[in-house]
Amino acid sequence: MSEREAARLRLRRGPGLGMIALRCAPHVPGLGEALGGALGGMRGAALPERGRIVSANGGAVAWMSPDEWLLLCPRERTAGLLERLSRELAGEHHLLADVSDARAVFTLSGPGWREALARLGPADVSPAGFGAGMFRRSRLGQVAAAFWISGPDELRLFCRSSVAGYMEALLEGAARGEGPGIFDAPGA
Amino acid sequence: MLILECPFCGIMADETELAPGGEAHVRRVGPEGSDEAFEAYLFMRRNPCGVHFELWRHAHGCGRWFIAARNTLTLEVYGTYPAQTDRPPAAIVRAIRRRVPGWEWQP
Repeated sequence: MSEREAARLRLRRGPGLGMIALRCAPHVPGLGEALGGALGGMRGAALPERGRIVSANGGAVAWMSPDEWLLLCPRERTAGLLERLSRELAGEHHLLADVSDARAVFTLSGPGWREALARLGPADVSPAGFGAGMFRRSRLGQVAAAFWISGPDELRLFCRSSVAGYMEALLEGAARGEGPGIFDAPGA
Repeated sequence: MLILECPFCGIMADETELAPGGEAHVRRVGPEGSDEAFEAYLFMRRNPCGVHFELWRHAHGCGRWFIAARNTLTLEVYGTYPAQTDRPPAAIVRAIRRRVPGWEWQP
């Protein structure tokens, strides 16, 4: 990768995030409070609206489907949070599972990430269609992936760990070249 | 290329994000049905040239099944709705009738 390409987009495997899958009905009492408490230091509820992700204190809760959420946290906190959540949701019909090893995480940094994603899948990644706080599950190449904006000019993305090698090659290919810069237009 | 709105995510999902599930609103024939009726339930599909209801699964997204009402002739999409229903909702029927006057839902 040339220096100019690297300035537009850098690809990094990781960080290895702890992930906890939670499935239950969205109207379970205390669900938002339990997730907010799990993130720590959050006042009140942390239940993301559909298609969104709520981040705080190095952790995040993402909306996966109408009855599924994914809690992202540093790996070492996974076991503690899992225990805490199952304690708080005890008595309610729910499913909690540590799925940290099920998915591989990638970080894309630099202004070129929108263009790289646009090359790989059908998701609308224009600034108007995809902004901070949104969580999009979609298709990249031939596999399912999910991504969200984790900082200025930084995107975090995950896919099944069984296809991590494919995803890495795919992203490396998409990061190559300078592209037409369609998302660089002023005001875009 | 079809673009359908997933009623669960609210996302305008490209066809390649979805997995097709065939004709929707097919009613199962139970143990008391005749062999002919059971055969029809298993194998006979409408394949109309016009208004059609199809099952789709948002396979690369939320994973939910939904039904799309669309026109196989004009490729017009009348709307999508969750699959947990045995007939099209009134709003979808109205949307179809606006474009195809006199259209009737046939179970």
